[in-house]
Amino acid sequence: MAKYSIFALGRNALQGHRHWPRVWRSPPPRPSYDAIIVGGGGHGLATAYYLAKQHGMDKVAVLEKGWIGGGNTGRNTTIVRSNYLNPESAAIYDHALTLWEGLSQELNFNVMFSPRGVINLAHDNHEARELHRRIYANQLAGVDAEWVTPVQLRELCPILNLDSNMRYPILGGTLQRRGGVARHDAVAWGYARAADRLGVDIIQNCQVTGFTIRQGRIEGAQTSQGDIMAPRIGVVAAGHSSVLAAMAGLRLPLASHPLQALVSEPVKPIMPTVVMSNKVHGYMSQSDKGELVIGAGIDGYNSYAQRGSLPVIEETIRAIVELFPITSRLKMMRQWAGIVDLCPDASPIISGTPVAGLYFNCGWGTGGFKATPGSGYLFAHTLAKGEAHPINAPFALERFYSGALVAEHGAAAVAH
Amino acid sequence: MSGESNRLTDGGRIDRTRRLSFRFDNKTMYGYQGDTLASALLANGVRLVGRSFKYHRPRGLMAAGGEEPNGLVRLRQGGRAEPNVRATEIILYDGLVAESQNRWPSLEFDLGALNDRLSPLFPAGFYYKTFMWPASMWPRYEAVIRRMAGLGKAATSADPDRYEKQYAHCDVLVVGAGPSGLAAALAAKRTGARVILADEGAEFGGALLGNGQQIDGRPAIAWVAGIEAELAGAENVRLLPRTVVTGYYDHNALVMLERVADHLLQPGPGQPRQRLWQVRAKQVVLATGALERPLVLANNDRPGVMGAAAVQTYINRYGVRPGRRAVLFTNNDGAYPVALDLARAGVAVAAVVDVRARAPIGWRGDLDRLGIELMADRAVLGVVGRKAVTGVQIGKLNEAGNAVVPGLSRHIDCDLLCLSGGWSPTLHLLSQAGTSLQWDARQGCFLPGKARQAVRVVGAANADFRLQDCLNLGADAGNAAANDAGRRRRGRGPHKPLADVEPALTPPRPIWSIPGTGKGGGKAFVDFQSDVTADDLRLAAREGYRSIEHVKRYTTVGMGTDQGRTANINALGIVAEALDVTVPQVGHTTFRPPFSPVAFGALAGGQTGPLLDPVRRTPMHGWHQDHGAVFEPVGQWLRPYSYPKAGEAMAAAVDRETLAVRTSLGLMDASTLGKIDIRGPDAAEFLNRIYTNGWKGLAVGGCRYGLMLGEDGMIFDDGVTVRLGEDHFHMTTTTGNAAPVLDWLESWLQTEWPELSVYCTSCTEQWAVAALCGPNARRLLAELCPDWDLSAEAFPHMTWQTVAMGEVAAGLEARIFRIGFTGELSFEINVPAGHGPALWAALMAAGEKYAITPFGTEAMHVLRAEVGFIMVGQETDGTTTPDDLGLGRMVSRKKEFLGKRSLFRRDTMRQGRPQLVGLLTDDPGHRVPEGAQLIAGADPAPPQRGLGHVTSSYHSPNLGRTFALALLQGGRARQGETIHIAYDGRAVPATVTGPRFLDPGARAK
Repeated sequence: MAKYSIFALGRNALQGHRHWPRVWRSPPPRPSYDAIIVGGGGHGLATAYYLAKQHGMDKVAVLEKGWIGGGNTGRNTTIVRSNYLNPESAAIYDHALTLWEGLSQELNFNVMFSPRGVINLAHDNHEARELHRRIYANQLAGVDAEWVTPVQLRELCPILNLDSNMRYPILGGTLQRRGGVARHDAVAWGYARAADRLGVDIIQNCQVTGFTIRQGRIEGAQTSQGDIMAPRIGVVAAGHSSVLAAMAGLRLPLASHPLQALVSEPVKPIMPTVVMSNKVHGYMSQSDKGELVIGAGIDGYNSYAQRGSLPVIEETIRAIVELFPITSRLKMMRQWAGIVDLCPDASPIISGTPVAGLYFNCGWGTGGFKATPGSGYLFAHTLAKGEAHPINAPFALERFYSGALVAEHGAAAVAH
Repeated sequence: MSGESNRLTDGGRIDRTRRLSFRFDNKTMYGYQGDTLASALLANGVRLVGRSFKYHRPRGLMAAGGEEPNGLVRLRQGGRAEPNVRATEIILYDGLVAESQNRWPSLEFDLGALNDRLSPLFPAGFYYKTFMWPASMWPRYEAVIRRMAGLGKAATSADPDRYEKQYAHCDVLVVGAGPSGLAAALAAKRTGARVILADEGAEFGGALLGNGQQIDGRPAIAWVAGIEAELAGAENVRLLPRTVVTGYYDHNALVMLERVADHLLQPGPGQPRQRLWQVRAKQVVLATGALERPLVLANNDRPGVMGAAAVQTYINRYGVRPGRRAVLFTNNDGAYPVALDLARAGVAVAAVVDVRARAPIGWRGDLDRLGIELMADRAVLGVVGRKAVTGVQIGKLNEAGNAVVPGLSRHIDCDLLCLSGGWSPTLHLLSQAGTSLQWDARQGCFLPGKARQAVRVVGAANADFRLQDCLNLGADAGNAAANDAGRRRRGRGPHKPLADVEPALTPPRPIWSIPGTGKGGGKAFVDFQSDVTADDLRLAAREGYRSIEHVKRYTTVGMGTDQGRTANINALGIVAEALDVTVPQVGHTTFRPPFSPVAFGALAGGQTGPLLDPVRRTPMHGWHQDHGAVFEPVGQWLRPYSYPKAGEAMAAAVDRETLAVRTSLGLMDASTLGKIDIRGPDAAEFLNRIYTNGWKGLAVGGCRYGLMLGEDGMIFDDGVTVRLGEDHFHMTTTTGNAAPVLDWLESWLQTEWPELSVYCTSCTEQWAVAALCGPNARRLLAELCPDWDLSAEAFPHMTWQTVAMGEVAAGLEARIFRIGFTGELSFEINVPAGHGPALWAALMAAGEKYAITPFGTEAMHVLRAEVGFIMVGQETDGTTTPDDLGLGRMVSRKKEFLGKRSLFRRDTMRQGRPQLVGLLTDDPGHRVPEGAQLIAGADPAPPQRGLGHVTSSYHSPNLGRTFALALLQGGRARQGETIHIAYDGRAVPATVTGPRFLDPGARAK
């Protein structure tokens, strides 16, 4: 299969681009696999890739009920960072960030990871104290984090409103320089292509309708394309995890909510970095195409429908106009929603279940995109070895019984 | 390009007596009242209006309405500058200033056009395949990509204009004021229904404004004027021109943007620029019309290639002739009347090229009369010219339409090519409303499926293209909608308007792309704004991006500011052909709000700047302000942080206030604490379930401190609640948690314990509270309440009384709680909010002899920390149990309460949890920052796991040194040990102590 490069591009240009190979095959499912991943988002595809790459498993299928990358992978605001408060969280997200840094080369697919820095603003003394605590915790954990003053903020993001008369004046903020954004679709496609090369079958339009469980052990999945057997099944289905868990007779401590986002029309670069504000509740970056990418809050009700309500958008835009006054005459071009799966402690679940061979990777809530490579890597390890990697051991389901929660309520950086 | 070379001498709806001057790219031009910027530019002979997104190809206007993909300009300047505005939607005003976008150094000569030369290297998704080596170079590649991308430039300063929001209900909302919408609105109006009619245009009439049709033997415009007059005179009708419906949400909630002043140089005094409407309609009638598709053929983006219907509009509505010699290319009947209008406007019509083998018979006589050549079973294969059309290449296609029959090619000179690729009903709103769309293969378009909300679709939006049908079905729909909303017409039906008889329709021949002439035929654009060609779509399909969502995301088709209004259907057709499936098998991408882009300012409305969030001030705020208080925001409140005197440093002021409370007397405004009035026969039982400690035994007249936990067993809030009566309590919460606590109480009462008879009412703002603290507190209060026994025996700690204060305190009646947060003798004096200033003034005046000192939040923090009182949100962070803070004694083992079960889980009971301790740095002058980490050793180098963190850290004038509170793993057993406080690469040694540094002892009794 042809490697992507500037030379390949030139060669194909001469041939009218008629000979590019398929990014992935779309084979019919085989009757059985060594492992099945349910959910063809970034996390699921990454899991399949690392199962093949790190663990040598060549009979792996990814089952996707729609089109790959069509869930939260293709609906998020693409922010990547690792400056979490708890050492368990910092470890899991920083492991992911390290993988991001070499991902385009690893996959031979440009995922456009752009470490342009992520800033979290403080608007009052309480926020400043909490953000300082996070900086000091990050310093100890070896995660880059620094405090930036309003004067530095003016340099880092010239369009930011630093007027001391604003309703909630900006006192400063944290900066993680290694943080940034990436091209979300490319992550799904890049992992899919790389996994496919290693023999993984990516099967779209294949909805799982039930699990075959015998004597407490998983044996396979029933799907819209027939029964498929596998001794190990990993479910990575975000907002629909609870639906799949119910098929196995399990209840997960998850609540599914719509989370909205929007983009402006494309404009020439005005936003060199990523800025997040918890107090006024908004965050913004600018895509390479020029659109301002803006994240809104969650809608308060539970839902599986990928649409939200206008009031949440209004609240977010108020914050954006307040933080970046020159955006007032820019226009919202598209808005959409994804379904996020929130755990009570705002931390993910990467875990086995009471059903032997059945594993869940879920609960990433509003911030799963940034974890994509690490989540896949660790989940693949968990599936292949039958036990957690040390990094994801604290994120087992068991914590909801023991009470050893990894509380990251402040971690969304904006309070979702 | 001098003067209005393309303006017709008469005709159109422009007012030739009102000449308007405007500037485009620094060149002054003139138009008329009634023009759009687009029509005025065309009148002035301007063909090149912009450069395309990716290849920087020269582009001209293609459309006359909101579907225009090319003619995006930057309108106005400075803070009012708005990028990416469609020239077709800009109503011309005198003094208008606009400039073209995405070009450097100029529109005529754009260096970016080099991209077009290199375009073989830039197919769809090229960036995924390159820029990866060396990895370190990506940021530089990206910087270049970012500069090349983007369209217009944002404003350079804040927006000086104002925005409004309005909310409305109605029986029938009619969207679109073309013939169908007007007929619907009229029929609904005549039932007495409350009707809103919204149209994005400046004038009502829709397609009738541009196509020269007749109704009842008169120009249709006259009919429009009559209807509009009747509607305008009706009290039950609201007419909203220049109002685009952008969103259709659940339960018939629709969002509309009214462009109140965009057609003016600037808004008038007090006038908003735009108004965002949110309408809840019982019934909706969508009369949103249809959009004409271009045909996909080589170089179909050259300036001078336009939509046939757009050309007709420019002629009939604006009196503009967009070219001198035209060729029309069509696959349906729509182009024929345009050919006639062109000829009547003096444009030489070189040919009508119809891709159908059988051209419609009905038009032939008119064409012959005007000497227009009809070329049936022929196709325009490509356009010649670069910055303007100079001619077209015509040939014959095979039966399948996928190859050119050789040898029949012919060149025709022209400067205008009108394309009509068929019509797509405008169903974006319907799709947003959850209705699935059904593909009609014969007409080559989507039709409305079964509606999931109370909505009807009429007219061209329902693929009813004949005027008589629009008038009849529109009226029926309006009437039926009103009926369904509960309104019925009385009396005779209205006169039924009669449209002119139109020639019989010949079915269209859907064709998605015209095969090229072979090598070097030129790019055939599908999405003009995103620069997506038919080849790009085929490449995506070939590479395995088979889902239409993948194709969209890979090629960016339909993702421009026009949301692919003219592109999407052609793209679907091309992808279906490439995949060898039908269009319904490909499906369509989801339509998402907004239909038309909405300014952030309009979405934000008036709630920006100081109105972003309410500012809450206590009744005594004025006094604080007058006495030099420096405020800090606490939630929405402004609280005095401290009261520095002239020339006094902040730290010194805080020290002074802190000392005053311990040595004599201080006064703090505690009005911001949350207060909830809790009443009902089950109130005590309710509190017993909410708080960790017992409440049933609290006597009337008593006060009790309580902790409430979340379901996870972690501290959520604390505060003192007092028992006012057997069934009546007054709860206080932390300032920031007042609303969340009330929500919490209500959620339990309403969803889990409906059997409890309890009512909660927020009374935070009904009470002003002055906290009088210090050794002289009783003495002063006694002076103010001469008739009252305030002794420790008569008024003990943790009780309250209603006290009639004496004349010195203006005879106020107060609820006084003998509670405090400083450890000193304290009285919290509650009076009705309006009496707060009088109380405060009386206390300050009478307290002068004790040097009474107002103190702010910072001194309060120091005072409470000195005696080891916790602050929720500072010593707690959502992971802290009562026992962690040494408050285990407050947790009842006997009763059930929220969070109890979680407290007895393995991890919440484990030894070694972070516990509240005091810390004294070896250097008594060193104040460590709050949030600093605790480590065992003296080396702060990462990575290592911390043992906890500093929660509070102050300088204490009472202790003569700094001190800190911290949560330290297993801390209670570590007292006396030395640990290190790590931050910013430092490790500061400190001794672990108990969390109480000072004991006021007997003076607080």
